[in-house]
Amino acid sequence: MSSPILRLVAQRILLGLVLLFAVSVLIFAGTQILPGDVAQAILGQSATPEALANLREQLGLNDPAWLRYVHWLWGILHGDFGTAQSSGLDIASSIGTRLKNTLFLAACAAIVAVPLAVILGLIAVRYRNGFVDKLISGLALASTSFPEFFIGYVLIFVFAVHWQIFPSISTVDDSTPFLERLQAVVLPATALTLVVLAHMMRMTRAAILNVMQSAYIETAELKGLKPFDIIRKHAFPNAIAPVVNVVMLNLAYLIVGVVVVEVIFVYPGMGQYLVDHVAKRDVPVVQAVGLIFAAVYITLNIVADIAAIVANPRLRHPK
Amino acid sequence: MADTKANSGKLLDIRNLRIEATVYPPGEAPKTITLVHDVSLTLEKGKVLGLIGESGAGKSTIGLSSMAYGRGGVRITGGEVILNGRDILKAGPKGVRALRGREVCYVAQSAAAAFNPAHKLIDQVVEAALLHGTATRAEAEKRAVALFKKLSLPNPETIGERYPHQVSGGQLQRVMTAMALCSEPDLIVFDEPTTALDVTTQIDVLAAIKDAIRDTHVAALYITHDLAVVAQVSDEIMVLRHGRLVEWGGTRQIIKEPRQEYTNALVSVHEIEHKEQQPGTTPFLSVKNVTAAYGGGHVKVLKNVSVDIYPGQTLAVVGESGSGKSTLARAITGLLPPEQGTVTFDGRPLANRLADRPKEDLRQLQMIYQMADVAMNPRQTVGTIIGRPLEFYFGIKGRERDKRVAELLDEIEMGKGFVDRYPAELSGGQKQRVCIARSLAAKPKLIICDEVTSALDPLVANGILKLLLNLQQHEKVAYLFITHDLATVKSIADSIAVMYRGEVVRYGSKSKVLTPPFDAYTDLLLSSVPEMEIGWLEKAIKGRRMESAGN
Repeated sequence: MSSPILRLVAQRILLGLVLLFAVSVLIFAGTQILPGDVAQAILGQSATPEALANLREQLGLNDPAWLRYVHWLWGILHGDFGTAQSSGLDIASSIGTRLKNTLFLAACAAIVAVPLAVILGLIAVRYRNGFVDKLISGLALASTSFPEFFIGYVLIFVFAVHWQIFPSISTVDDSTPFLERLQAVVLPATALTLVVLAHMMRMTRAAILNVMQSAYIETAELKGLKPFDIIRKHAFPNAIAPVVNVVMLNLAYLIVGVVVVEVIFVYPGMGQYLVDHVAKRDVPVVQAVGLIFAAVYITLNIVADIAAIVANPRLRHPK
Repeated sequence: MADTKANSGKLLDIRNLRIEATVYPPGEAPKTITLVHDVSLTLEKGKVLGLIGESGAGKSTIGLSSMAYGRGGVRITGGEVILNGRDILKAGPKGVRALRGREVCYVAQSAAAAFNPAHKLIDQVVEAALLHGTATRAEAEKRAVALFKKLSLPNPETIGERYPHQVSGGQLQRVMTAMALCSEPDLIVFDEPTTALDVTTQIDVLAAIKDAIRDTHVAALYITHDLAVVAQVSDEIMVLRHGRLVEWGGTRQIIKEPRQEYTNALVSVHEIEHKEQQPGTTPFLSVKNVTAAYGGGHVKVLKNVSVDIYPGQTLAVVGESGSGKSTLARAITGLLPPEQGTVTFDGRPLANRLADRPKEDLRQLQMIYQMADVAMNPRQTVGTIIGRPLEFYFGIKGRERDKRVAELLDEIEMGKGFVDRYPAELSGGQKQRVCIARSLAAKPKLIICDEVTSALDPLVANGILKLLLNLQQHEKVAYLFITHDLATVKSIADSIAVMYRGEVVRYGSKSKVLTPPFDAYTDLLLSSVPEMEIGWLEKAIKGRRMESAGN
């Protein structure tokens, strides 16, 4: 019974892996095309030619590009992202803590934003074209239209400076206890929620409104169901696929696109790490972070695809 | 519900019903149009009233008013709808919800669309009964299974566990009837419940609905455009036109002694006299042993099909959906290159693939489709649409082209005023006429007509058939006429090919094909066409020799 589903899911996962491989080639090639010489960058303008040559030999820069790519990929497959040129620290262990922080912040924002967006979407459909719908849409669009840094500073001003409920600086480290950590991310998570809310809400509303045109909605209406029950029971299950898709896109954004919010709240996440090392022209770190971001995007999109497949009764219960 | 009924006999009493809608014509101010003009009707308990009329007659709108429901932007603006002794138009949203699905249930035209694809059938069937608290889950399910049995659905115990897409169209229509009956309502509104079905499936569903109505003593409004169908199930018939009552009477009176001219036209709609022409000596188009398949040869849809078409004559291809009728047309036109066999035209073989055929061959074979409105570019005027083949095939331009377009419009009985109109400004019948003119403009030897009258109202369809017959006499064009409607076939064909599951099971001149002895399938097909006779249904069911394919 589940064989076509399994086949489709396996297909998606395989495609995802191929895509990830292609992205790794792109990232590697992209950083190779960049002008500048790594050895020169490390040793500075005053380095002697001998020292440069030695370092190049040491870093393997004289090998052909494909061989360096194979070495790089081989290392990553074994959990070795290399060392950061600027600090000499192991990239994998630096990323480890920061990725954990980023995921924690993203999860906190998502736990609030996703259900809130879907419920607001349902309510907007229930009172479509009425006052409530316009109010919800208006507020959500307004919060999305403000730049993230503006929302961040407003939140800091109100909650950290004026009322002094939450800290304005969200610095955490490995030893921070859970509750304190939670308190630290309240403001950045709120800022992120406000940023992603409208997109998900509007898409939920549009997807359900689309389904509301179907003949089976009329059937439900003529059975005497209450308007909200019709939306919840008969419209929403058929709108899951597009909703999941937009939810996953926003989750991906919460993980890879939060640079600005992290900088404002001085939160030690991936975005900050990336920005720091782009400024320092630290190619190995940029490559590693780029690859991880790509993996996050691809994984979440696969999850969305799989959810859409599983939500389709025609695939779940073939003839 | 029996105990709550106020006055004994009358279940539904609609008085001076007026229904309006606001339309938004492009480029004009919105305006209010009246769909139903002060129509009144009464229905007694356990009786069936047939509402009949062409599209736009207001039959569905009136039917749905018994549930205080207006589809789309439709508003009930006047009159009273008295159900079980109270005016439901004054019931308020809560009162209306309480009666929908409990006192009145609805059976839609397309059950395939009316079932939610995300839920199991049984959950949807018992939903209304549970919602209104008329039964516990167990009771409702037991009732549903009993109804499935009564409606002769296969595996009544387990069919409810299936999802809508796992059940055929005819079965879904019966499940929908079971769904309406499950909450034991006083009234069911059947809105064209068999129109979307094949003729051979329609008869089964019709019989099942009729039995269920008889056994459960439910009253019904039966809405359809097919008088022969409604004559089988109704006690009384109401004829509607343009939202006004034309005639209302007992079934026998309406079909035997119609008092109004319009009713008479409906009753005698299919009777076109067409004398069969004898096939000439040589056919100009021969299909020889053609086998065609979709999906790279996996699904064979045509098996060893051979037919001949003679100049100026009509070959009708009949069969139910999925029998390969349209695929035959695709094979002849080269849209689906045959795997085996040949198509010969004027004594020489035609290239299999459309892309390999010269322009002259394309000109000789023209097509007309079922959906005239999607077969035309909505942004081109009628003049451009008809003029296009003249430019493309003959290079006729300018004033000469306009003259020829005017002649063609004349031939399809549409005046010059239509040249500058857009398809959206035409009625369904007019659109189909423009499509006919477009195909004629190419001066083809053969026009393939794919279900060209199926989407039209009977009287309009009749006009199209008469036009096609006239044009055939003037232009000496041959038709390959694809249809599932045997009445149409009788009116227009010179020879007939009956198709069943990709094969031609019977082929010959019209008189030969329609004369007994019949093979089992032709017999089923012929005996399934509703006749305007009371008691036809029972006779037909009794006399059947094989089951329908149930597509």
